[in-house]
Amino acid sequence: MSEVAAEGQQHPIGLYLKVWLLLFVFSAGSYMVDYMQLQGELRWFLIVVFMWLKAAFIVAIFMHMRWERMALITAILLPPIAIAVLVFLMAVEGGYTFFTRLEVFGG
Amino acid sequence: MATDAAADMPRGMEGVVQDWANDKQTFQVPWGKAMMWIFLLSDTFIFSVFLTSYMTVRVSTTEVWPNASEVFALTLFGQSIPLILIAIMTFILITSSGTMAMAVNFGYRKDRAKTAAMLLITAFFGATFVGMQAFEWTKLIEEGVRPWGNPMGAPQFGSSFFMITGFHGLHVSAGVIYLLVTAWRVWSGFYDRKGTYETVEVAGLYWHFVDLVWVFIFAFFYLW
Repeated sequence: MSEVAAEGQQHPIGLYLKVWLLLFVFSAGSYMVDYMQLQGELRWFLIVVFMWLKAAFIVAIFMHMRWERMALITAILLPPIAIAVLVFLMAVEGGYTFFTRLEVFGG
Repeated sequence: MATDAAADMPRGMEGVVQDWANDKQTFQVPWGKAMMWIFLLSDTFIFSVFLTSYMTVRVSTTEVWPNASEVFALTLFGQSIPLILIAIMTFILITSSGTMAMAVNFGYRKDRAKTAAMLLITAFFGATFVGMQAFEWTKLIEEGVRPWGNPMGAPQFGSSFFMITGFHGLHVSAGVIYLLVTAWRVWSGFYDRKGTYETVEVAGLYWHFVDLVWVFIFAFFYLW
């Protein structure tokens, strides 16, 4: 293990503070979505945008993923894509169950 | 020649270890860090499956889903503020993520006292989060929320709530213990003798992951 690799994840403290501040802003933003009682598609859009922004900054900066080698990044970030398949299948299945319940039990 | 070389190599479990370890390295990071990432990947799948099952029961129920904004409202200064407890918990967890990042930073500077202090502060915020979660559970249980039903609407609300937040709370609790052990090791000079503070970064990965999971729970369970 080279000295560079062992001490590789040292970054200026200012960067952490900036990301920290950003996470506060994003959290405040997503809380405001609820506080202002925004509804419908705008609500869902804002919730998802703030969620992914927060998740991306935590993984990229706080967890240092941005500075890791591609072998590690792909090994960790690609497999969760499989979850999208499960979400899709269960969304279809859940919708089917919902309409079956309406039809058979009359809501 | 290849068969001769194979004949000289150890067999059984020792052979398995040799075959996987012999001058082959995929991830150019400390061993503990690679293992932590792989553990976190498996944890990602567990939480994803929980959230997916929550989605499934929520879209398939014909009953009204309880309004999280009202369920988790608190009356402060004679005024009912929606979701305020969850908002405070979110800010506490983000704050703890920030102090954790500081701890990792001080660790790489081999600043023993500051690293230990930052780890202790992070653990303190984590314990505060768990305390507030216990308060939240108590409040909901008193209001009649159970894993099999509740007075506000769809019975699946209770089972999803207790399962998802319970498993997350368990992770935070385990993380607090993990951080305290790491803080003790930093303070006692264990990593100075070892010559590297990279283990602090590995503990940091776990802690940031707990915050990361909360981001998704906050969005999907509390805000949706």
